[in-house]
Amino acid sequence: MTTTVEAMHGGHAGHDAPRDATPPVFYVRDEHAHEAASTALGFWIYLMSDCLIFAVLFATYGVLGTSYAAGPTPKELFDLPLVALNTAMLLFSSITYGFAMLAMEKGRTAQTQGWLAVTLLFGLAFLGIELYEFAHLIHEGAGPGRSAFLSAFFTLVGTHGLHVTFGSVWLVTLMVQVARRGLIPANRRRLMCLSMFWHFLDVIWIGVFTYVYLMGMLR
Amino acid sequence: MLETLTTFLFGRLSLESFPYHEPILVATFFAVMLGGIALVAALSYFKLWGYLWKEWFTTVDHKRIGIMYMILGLIMLLRGFADAIMMRAQQAIAFNGSEGYLNAHHYDQVFTAHGVIMIFFVAMPLVTGLMNYVVPLQIGARDVSFPFLNNFSFWMTVGGAVLIMASLFVGEFARTGWLAYPPLSGLEASPDVGVDYYIWALQVAGVGTTLSGINLICTIVKMRAPGMTMMKMPVFTWTSLCTNVLIVASFPVLTAVLVLLSLDRYVGTHFFTSDMGGNPMMYVNLIWIWGHPEVYILILPCFGIFSEVTSTFCGKKLFGYTSMVYATVVITILSYLVWLHHFFTMGSGASVNSFFGITTMIISIPTGAKIFNWLFTMYRGRIRFELPMMWTIAFMLTFVIGGMTGVLLAVPPADFVLHNSLFLIAHFHNVIIGGVLFGLFAGIYYWWPKAFGFRLDPFWGKVSFWFWVIGFYVAFMPLYVLGLMGVTRRLRVFEDPSLQIWFQIAAVGAVLIAIGIGAFLVQIAVSVLKRNQYVDVTGDPWDGRTLEWATSSPPPGYNFAFTPVIHDNDAWWDMKKRGYARPLEGYRPIHMPANTGTGVILAGISTALGFALVWHIWWLAALSFIGLLVVAISHTFNYNRDFHIPVEEVVATENERTRLLAGQV
Amino acid sequence: MSRYRAIALLPVMAALSGCNLVVLNPAGDVASQQGDLVVISTLLMLLIIVPVMALTVLFAWRYRQSNNTARYEPDWDHSTQLELVIWAAPLLIIICLGAITWVTTHKLDPYRPLDRIAADKPLPAGVKPLDVQVVALDWKWLFVYPEYGIASVNEMAAPVDRPIRFSLTASTVMNSFYVPALAGMIYAMPGMETKLHAVINEPGTYKGFSSNYSGAGFSHMRFAFLGLSDQDFDGWVSKVKTAGGSLDRNAYIALEKPSEAVPVQHFGTVDPKLFNAVVNLCVRPGTMCMSDMAAIDRAGGLNAGGMAAANGILRANTLAGFPDTQPTGLCTVAEAVEAAANSGAVQRPTVTPISASASQAGPQRLANP
Repeated sequence: MTTTVEAMHGGHAGHDAPRDATPPVFYVRDEHAHEAASTALGFWIYLMSDCLIFAVLFATYGVLGTSYAAGPTPKELFDLPLVALNTAMLLFSSITYGFAMLAMEKGRTAQTQGWLAVTLLFGLAFLGIELYEFAHLIHEGAGPGRSAFLSAFFTLVGTHGLHVTFGSVWLVTLMVQVARRGLIPANRRRLMCLSMFWHFLDVIWIGVFTYVYLMGMLR
Repeated sequence: MLETLTTFLFGRLSLESFPYHEPILVATFFAVMLGGIALVAALSYFKLWGYLWKEWFTTVDHKRIGIMYMILGLIMLLRGFADAIMMRAQQAIAFNGSEGYLNAHHYDQVFTAHGVIMIFFVAMPLVTGLMNYVVPLQIGARDVSFPFLNNFSFWMTVGGAVLIMASLFVGEFARTGWLAYPPLSGLEASPDVGVDYYIWALQVAGVGTTLSGINLICTIVKMRAPGMTMMKMPVFTWTSLCTNVLIVASFPVLTAVLVLLSLDRYVGTHFFTSDMGGNPMMYVNLIWIWGHPEVYILILPCFGIFSEVTSTFCGKKLFGYTSMVYATVVITILSYLVWLHHFFTMGSGASVNSFFGITTMIISIPTGAKIFNWLFTMYRGRIRFELPMMWTIAFMLTFVIGGMTGVLLAVPPADFVLHNSLFLIAHFHNVIIGGVLFGLFAGIYYWWPKAFGFRLDPFWGKVSFWFWVIGFYVAFMPLYVLGLMGVTRRLRVFEDPSLQIWFQIAAVGAVLIAIGIGAFLVQIAVSVLKRNQYVDVTGDPWDGRTLEWATSSPPPGYNFAFTPVIHDNDAWWDMKKRGYARPLEGYRPIHMPANTGTGVILAGISTALGFALVWHIWWLAALSFIGLLVVAISHTFNYNRDFHIPVEEVVATENERTRLLAGQV
Repeated sequence: MSRYRAIALLPVMAALSGCNLVVLNPAGDVASQQGDLVVISTLLMLLIIVPVMALTVLFAWRYRQSNNTARYEPDWDHSTQLELVIWAAPLLIIICLGAITWVTTHKLDPYRPLDRIAADKPLPAGVKPLDVQVVALDWKWLFVYPEYGIASVNEMAAPVDRPIRFSLTASTVMNSFYVPALAGMIYAMPGMETKLHAVINEPGTYKGFSSNYSGAGFSHMRFAFLGLSDQDFDGWVSKVKTAGGSLDRNAYIALEKPSEAVPVQHFGTVDPKLFNAVVNLCVRPGTMCMSDMAAIDRAGGLNAGGMAAANGILRANTLAGFPDTQPTGLCTVAEAVEAAANSGAVQRPTVTPISASASQAGPQRLANP
């Protein structure tokens, strides 16, 4: 931190004897900024606040998850093989995003872009399957207004899906920006933030898959 | 055909939505319009629009954003207080068969708006404003971590306030009480736009609050000057850190619960409905999981202000700094374990109630320790009774009463007879006015000279102080009595004539407070006119102890020409004592963030989105949503967000300060 | 106990003469204990509040700037002994108060049957509490006496010194039932049932009201609580009985409609299943009771075990003389069973969307005027 230090000498003795052994330094001349480090921390804190939103939705599902209102139950509604396929899409997308970050570390722009594109495709596949599932449920009459269980289900899964949608828009934006300016530090920082976001959604989905789908089938 | 078209264009909005048949609202509307036209005319006449836009609206300077937060808070205080005095007047006259002058439709909006505005748009902006202004200065930083986000957060808060104000003249506000419990706030009981205004005003403002919380945490964690370890941070910075942790860890809960409520209202889900498996009690639990920490979000920074003020005006180190910090952290954690005390009477069972009652009482231990710490800071000090210190003493005497009644309400069987009564109203006004508001006034008087370079007029300040303090006691002590007489809150008319005298006394108290507010506004006007008389060129008018007093008043855009190095808790006191000499040369260009209008535009579009959703104007909602995306994305294509203040400018600024300081001697 | 009350009230007595602090001076044993607790807790806390306030004033005066004789120690900022004291003193008070809280919260739990009539009156053996079913309507109170088969609106009576067992619910929104002279309040919530045990010890007319804001007519949502001697109570019961009027489901649906400042009404007979139907939101014919819904859900929905559960409920209702005769969609158990049985044929059961019919058949809530 202190590259250029200009010492100011204390005029008279302070109260704290040991500290007076060395002359006190009261200011530094160089810039004092931590923008990049702040971004990582700030984004991380944002993710934690987002995590709390999901925590509320999980808790809501926990409370209302068995209130079927004499309507359909998870066993009747969920198509586990389809959801497993969906889960695979999202997990693959996380791996390919990881490959994109590895390519970025090596400074390979084209390779980074390629992996980002693959990630996007997996993300869109996930969204497509999820939309198909939703449409199917609503068509069967098991829409979000049918019972508290379905309200909580659609909101929890839908909020996750909405996040993936925004992540995909963001991904496209970043691909354009990388194409325009290359892997400059600002773009690397953004890719790193999106990476955290994408993996975060993955973790949330694992919670959704386990808690909503798997445990729903067991109930 | 025409009907379809108007429904498409205006949604639920029709001529009937404008309350032209309510004389009170029409008069208010014309008063506001006249004031607004006068303001716009004045700004245009003096050609100030460009200046305001370039230097203020688009600014990313934490100091200017802080000041704008304060202005927002004070303007909304006038609105919230107008609601208060309307309620006091209604309750003072609605006896002996009189219906008073407000019908239920109007009165129920007034008390809801009063609560929402005072918490979200008065206390929150004032607290955020002070934190924004002071924290970067106290930690020796040039700005916050994310200056653009700071500007955006502010304008989102304004957007929420605009939506609430719009509900005054377009449609109506919620008639549900300030927390909008379902089923009353559900679609069946409240089909009109009031609750929707409530939801979207809070959602828009809530985005701003959460982001500003993230921003200030990062600032405090990452941007402290070298040498400032956590345990050398000023107490105000500590309490700000804890407050912002609370914000980030509680506002998402509010966001989520309001989303669920709006889904119930817009999509027909069954989260909080009585039938189809919904559970209204879940809303009450969730909203208080946010709501209780919110109380500490407001009070903790004020505890920090009192610590700074006491230490400064007693000319003494703060007693028990370490225990003060631990007390703050303990309060932060415990504030999440007490929410159920807001509804003991829901019938959760004796063991659950006792648990939450006792955790609530435990909070009073660190709070009590804090009071003692201020007390022993005064002990063997040299107390200067300037205005900030007067507010602090008033706080200490008032807050302990509120604290006592609060612990009383935490005893579940006692709460069973006092819950929802005017005793409760008296209690929380006792802690919010006696704690938060007195603290904010102490903070405003303390830091005003820093922000503007001159002190506030002490005479009008004392007038304001005495009217406020006496007005508070006259207004709220009768409510304690009424609570013990079994009078509940939110009543519009009364049968028992023996209650009237107490309501009349309370109304007198409200008038005294009104005079206190008036005196405060007069004080600002007088001080601005006499600013040459009250000028302070030293930048350190109170013989301060923390870093914000090390720079000039008002501080330059870059705060500190050189980043300070810290050796002691009271860094500036330490520097003064050990013969710090201000560096006079060797200046360098300073790297600063550039102003941007994106925050204003995004918040403006968000407000339009909120309005469209309130009135079901779907085309506008879709359009503004797309607009949000487009503006936000194109903002990320701008990579040039900073600039360097040229060294000549730094030299000129610093030399001017040198000249002023020399003339001081 | 009244000793405490007297001590606390002394300083304010003069100011408050002539005004009735009913919370501290109630007529029912439960409220009386709660009021005493208010006073005891306050006194306990005053042990620390008064010294703090006194010290604040003393220090502020003694260490004012103009007093040059006072000691000034600008660097004195720590004392382990003092810190111990300032943490220990509040802690001790809170330990005492916490212990009191734990004990009294359990003792005065509204769900707990009474074990005494008053401080000096133990519960007589074999006394049966008076059952009162309370429904908070928009915006009036309905009291049903299942023991006597009568009901009244905005007036409630109870014999002195006989324990009362309240069961409470609400028709549309949350309210809170509160008679300050009798006992602490308890929420009355739609679709839910809460309990309250209380006793009135002195005859008289007391005020009761809703202490949780519930909409436009809230201010007028008051009722008279009559504490009567046994004879007078019997008289009141026979007066209500002879008043005639029958509170069946249709009468209830008419009564339920929002109205303000409603005068006292009496019903000589009342449908014995009415309260249960109100709690379960199935007063209207053709609506499925929430308890039935919950039973089906508990059994795992309408497939597998759910079918059996639904059939069981259907049979029980028929036997009880309340067959769901007017189905209006998938709102009755019968329809639910039928739908589930039909859909068993296809691979995945189709479920009829019912949100539209449910909102029709559910408790009607009129827009506020």
